[in-house]
Amino acid sequence: MKDAVTEAFVHPYIPNTAPAVKQAMLDAVGAESVEDFYADVPEDLRLRRPLNVPAPLPAEQDLARHVKGILAANRSTEERLSFLGAGTYNHYVPAVVDEVIRRSEFLTAYAGEPYEDHGRFQALFEYQSLMAELLAMDVVNVPTYDGYQAAATGLAMAGRLTGRRRVLALSDVLPEKLSKVIDYVRANLDIEHIATTGGVADVDALAAALDDGVAAVWVETPSFTGAVETQLSEIADAAHAAGAVVVVGTDPVGYGVLTPPALQGADIVTGDIQSLGLHQWFGGAHAGFIAVHDDPRFVMELPSRLFGLESTTVPGEYGFGDVAYERTSFAQREEGKEWVGTAAALWGIAAGVYLSLMGPEGMREHGELLLARTRYAQHRLASIPGIRLGDDALHLREFTICLDGISAGDAVSALRREGIEPGVVVDESTLLVCVTDTTSATDIDRLADALAAVATSKEESK
Amino acid sequence: MSLPIAPKTSPRRFHQASWDEPIVFELSTPGERGIAITPVEPAVRDAVGDIVADLPKHMRRPEPPALPEIAQMRVLKHYLRLSQENLGSDLNVDIGQGTCTIKYSPKINDQLIEVPQLRSIHPAQDPADTQGALEMIWRLERLMAEISGMDAVSLASPGGSAGIWTNIAMIRAYHESRGEGEQRDEVITTIFSHPSNAAAAKVAGYKIVTVYPDADGYPDLGALKAALSERTAAIMVTNPEDTGIYNPAIKEWVDAAHEVGALASYDQANAAGILGITRARDAGFDVCQFNLHKTFAAPHGSGGPGAAANAVSAALEPFLPGPRVQQVDGRFVVREPGELSIGHVAPAHGVILHVVRAYAWIMSLGAEGMLTASQIAVLNNNYLLKRVLEIPGASAPYATGRRRIEQVRYSWQELFEETGISSEEIGIRMADYGFHYWTSHHPYIVPQPFTLEPTECYSKAELDEYVAALAQVAREAREDPELVRTAPHNQTVHHTHHDDLDDPERWAITWRAYQRKHFGVVRADAVDALAGAAAS
Amino acid sequence: MIGLVVNPVAGVGGPAGLAGSDGADVQRLALARGAHFRAQERATIALRVLASRHPSLEIATAAGAMGEDAVRAAGLQARVVYASGARAVAPRTGGRPRTGEDPADAPVLGDPPVLGRADASEPGTSASDTSAAVAALAAAGASLILVAGGDGTLRDAAAGLADAAATTPENLPDSSPPRHSDADSGEDLRSSGQQPAVLGIPSGVKMYSPVFAVSPRVAGALAAEWIDGTLPTAEREVLDVDEEGMRHARVHPVLYGMLRVPFRVGRTQSRKAATPVSEAAAVAAAARGVVKRMLPGIRYLLGPGSTTAEVARQLGIRKSPLGVDVILDGRQLLAAASEEQLLAEVAQGPAQAVVTVIGGQGFLLGRGNQQLSASVIRVLGDDPLMVVAPEQKLIDLHGRPLIVETGDADLDARLAGHIRIVTGVGTASLYAVAAPDLAP
Repeated sequence: MKDAVTEAFVHPYIPNTAPAVKQAMLDAVGAESVEDFYADVPEDLRLRRPLNVPAPLPAEQDLARHVKGILAANRSTEERLSFLGAGTYNHYVPAVVDEVIRRSEFLTAYAGEPYEDHGRFQALFEYQSLMAELLAMDVVNVPTYDGYQAAATGLAMAGRLTGRRRVLALSDVLPEKLSKVIDYVRANLDIEHIATTGGVADVDALAAALDDGVAAVWVETPSFTGAVETQLSEIADAAHAAGAVVVVGTDPVGYGVLTPPALQGADIVTGDIQSLGLHQWFGGAHAGFIAVHDDPRFVMELPSRLFGLESTTVPGEYGFGDVAYERTSFAQREEGKEWVGTAAALWGIAAGVYLSLMGPEGMREHGELLLARTRYAQHRLASIPGIRLGDDALHLREFTICLDGISAGDAVSALRREGIEPGVVVDESTLLVCVTDTTSATDIDRLADALAAVATSKEESK
Repeated sequence: MSLPIAPKTSPRRFHQASWDEPIVFELSTPGERGIAITPVEPAVRDAVGDIVADLPKHMRRPEPPALPEIAQMRVLKHYLRLSQENLGSDLNVDIGQGTCTIKYSPKINDQLIEVPQLRSIHPAQDPADTQGALEMIWRLERLMAEISGMDAVSLASPGGSAGIWTNIAMIRAYHESRGEGEQRDEVITTIFSHPSNAAAAKVAGYKIVTVYPDADGYPDLGALKAALSERTAAIMVTNPEDTGIYNPAIKEWVDAAHEVGALASYDQANAAGILGITRARDAGFDVCQFNLHKTFAAPHGSGGPGAAANAVSAALEPFLPGPRVQQVDGRFVVREPGELSIGHVAPAHGVILHVVRAYAWIMSLGAEGMLTASQIAVLNNNYLLKRVLEIPGASAPYATGRRRIEQVRYSWQELFEETGISSEEIGIRMADYGFHYWTSHHPYIVPQPFTLEPTECYSKAELDEYVAALAQVAREAREDPELVRTAPHNQTVHHTHHDDLDDPERWAITWRAYQRKHFGVVRADAVDALAGAAAS
Repeated sequence: MIGLVVNPVAGVGGPAGLAGSDGADVQRLALARGAHFRAQERATIALRVLASRHPSLEIATAAGAMGEDAVRAAGLQARVVYASGARAVAPRTGGRPRTGEDPADAPVLGDPPVLGRADASEPGTSASDTSAAVAALAAAGASLILVAGGDGTLRDAAAGLADAAATTPENLPDSSPPRHSDADSGEDLRSSGQQPAVLGIPSGVKMYSPVFAVSPRVAGALAAEWIDGTLPTAEREVLDVDEEGMRHARVHPVLYGMLRVPFRVGRTQSRKAATPVSEAAAVAAAARGVVKRMLPGIRYLLGPGSTTAEVARQLGIRKSPLGVDVILDGRQLLAAASEEQLLAEVAQGPAQAVVTVIGGQGFLLGRGNQQLSASVIRVLGDDPLMVVAPEQKLIDLHGRPLIVETGDADLDARLAGHIRIVTGVGTASLYAVAAPDLAP
């Protein structure tokens, strides 16, 4: 096989393809060619042909044209009126957030010390701290992959803390999230559903199901359908009386105005920060948080990194470091603390910038806006004949509607023809509608009118 | 005094940016706003009234969150100052972060993704509106299949360790589908493998058996065979390992596993030296994962997001996580995962940002380019090996006299014995010259370790620059050990204490905790940390 | 407060081509060959590193060549708390060997008068100056005692500490950073009931015990960090080998006791991956793994070592780290059993020996293990050993195999190959076992 290195193949990303330099390096190590270095790879495992991939585009302008050409087939939610939620939300992202995370100093940093990488430690400590204020808890982790992982880990922590197996799931959970959580915890935990009533937890059924085999009571608020759990204190009291841990999966977007779960008895609060300054990215930009009170028993079960403030040899300087890096003195179980990997730090920095811009007033106004528009949309849609609300619960940002005269799928197809995405199909007759700060009252009116038209036309065609 | 200017020193006289920037909360001034929110429209207000007042009392947040109040420009300034206080790969010769494979992250790739057509699309949109994104996923899956030699690929896992989890979750599902789930309760891995392999297998419910290399650092086939049994679900290995040593008996390893009915899982985090040279499929592996933010040049983002590509043989394809993208009559369609799939491992389709970046990197290089990238990464590494070993006190344990693949785990043991200065102290002093340095995963098998991985992206001159700084610090360890011991001297901050970080009474993971514990300032919404804790 | 004891004759035999420095004859021979007393030099090197960071430090020590000289040579203040009477000067040729004696050796002269408590009550050990000096330093409140010497010296030091306070299996290694404000304020550790930590300054010929710093300079650096109040400690074995046997190329170490030794934890934060487990937690986890695997109706012969002692502790059984105990269904049937007793026990039903890795040389079964003899192991059947150890013990072998040397070559050959080591409830390691005729 020809040795590409000895030919004049030069690429802008590979400096030492410059022929004189690479020869000098080969000479310096006393190698005939790079083949020498692969001596340990057996011949029958050598791929003695080029990889069968398309012809390359080393000229940057050709590459750009090619990639843009593929992406040009997409139509963004700037070109469609979208009421899609279900875990990925179309909230406005302030320009300053994008400006900060676009900086290659943040984008290309990785695992340096808090000396030469001081900036990212401080930015993430600040993210932890800002989330702590929003959630009213003293300990927040460096982000994990997403809210699915955060919930799964929160439940796993409860299992390790109690040594028990049963988990009582009290809310409607986003199906994809449930799928992830079950597969992740099933070696150690068994998830049992207690059917919701009116879209929220059935507190009586919970009381009947609790016993000393329950590791965790799991509440999602807002739930998959956007229902807000208003009985969390009662749930927590019952759970604690049985020695179970209260694990909540949530979205922090409403806590400028709503009571955070920690003030209602939650022990482990998990969720996703995509709503705090991240674009939709086709569902590919998520980061998970896990928050606990400053109780060493809980802190020691967290598999994440935790950045803490420290003094330095110079008074007044802020230093940083990993807290409880050897999380072992409190090791309760041999099972181990899962793992820490490259997860979602940049998104944590983005959320920190977002919360710094919003401040308490911004978060309050935002929360109020979401509650108001949600109620408004519910009101408008429920008043359409053939459409009713899925339940009477308090909803934040999302709610389901049940369609009588038309299937959910047909409704979606019809509205798509008008450039509207009315919501996510939940089943034959149910749609999950999401409103945000980017869907104005006028937009909601347009949705209502369009839905009314299809409900009516179907009525008429019967 | 006058021109000409004296030549620059080597190493350079680096000083990190240092703003002495307060914590963001300290910038707060009551009444300032960073952004204005679109108001509730009159029509909405008329229809719903005072929505907050209508909330049940206990659902209304009793006190506003104590977020800072800062005007917009000051927020921007704060974070841009923090951004300067980092040493990313765009700024330094980032070869000291061994196993991380810090390549050049092409700026064109960052620009190509920052378009509304990628940033502002929702996964539940009409597929007719997201054909471009779906095509990207489909294309990269095909490319990864060819690169690995495997039959099917998923891009759903949001990180390298997440990809390792996906591997073992699929293996578990595979054995369960054949009625051998209970019987096969062990996973075998090596002491040099990334800790996430054992950790993920533990979460999946497996017992772990770790095998040790032979005296020369090569994986020991005899040990593996002694460990294998009908209880083995899988072997989870990396090749080459973090020492840079390639296991010549890798096929025998895989065969030995198959002989007892176990599967072979390949952690390809260290693929950067072998693209186009050897493939997972040819050694017989059943599953593998690549890290898109390593081998395929997506940026590391200060610690994420990351992304993995999982590639499997045909027998494992039904177990891949969903959703799946297929091409039907020239269109791209989305299918929910089948019965046997492990389900969803993360939201939607995966980290599309890195999917597009990786795709663009592969398309820029092509077959010849990827092969060259591997070859030059290996050339760079062996050149660096030679230069580092010229520094008195540095050694490269194992495989003496043999070549390495793309990285080497070195040891400062000789220097340590001579001077009492540890590898970690040397690493911290390296930062004073504008370089990074990483020791090793725990546990430290190589004593006083440091792991360097040059990749193909740095020039010979830059490699020489790095070595010059290493040699300088080694010299300082001998001649002026106090200077090294009290480092850093040219960084954003000085030597940081760490006693408080392990003391629950004192540690400060958040600003509010810091103020409570050390100033007695308690938030209005503070909850007693120990009340309601259910753990026994 | 830091203490220092130097064994002035340590290292005598080595450079002169003799194995070790026990025995008056050996010392005479070594001096005749021009041997040089290294311990003094090496102690001074260590102290100079300490002095560079803490210039006006006071070190508690023994008079003259047993430490005071080295302290002064390093420019530090010496606080003498022990003098060995007639032996306060540099060793003379002839005279009683200074290290602990092999029971077969008869003393040449009577015991010299010493300060501190002499203990002749334990058969086989005599009150050497090293032991007495260490006991005196402990009594004076030293929190860390540096000992310059080899295995024999450290063995004497351990004996001295055993005199100063009873060592109980309940005193588990405490790996959290010690509260060291007392180091300079003079507050001693007697009130806390904790034994002082010990660190060997390597100066002997035989250094099998993992209680030594890797070099004198490192010892000095560790001592300096100790004063800064930042070092955790861990229990390490004190080993010694039979020098006669060694001189004839046969080595089998014997476990003489345990010492608490400081070690250094990393300062850096560059952690991408999972948290490491501290040594104490690793030992506890490994022990839990054994407890989980123990089956009813099986007799377990718990061998010497700190990890097996931890197994016993988790079962609620008090076990000395040096003997072999018999456990059945979680109860202690026999403590410190003799070979005869073990043979009688294993005849009554299925049994397995639970052993751990002894010291840095990796012995699983050696001839030093009188009780777990070849006879006993043979009777245990096809799977005679359950090996337990924290992972770090295997890593510290640096690729060398574990060693079994029972005295029965066939048995050794049967045990050689690879063996599973329990490192936790759900974790085990597979490691090579060798049965050499001669030790590596």
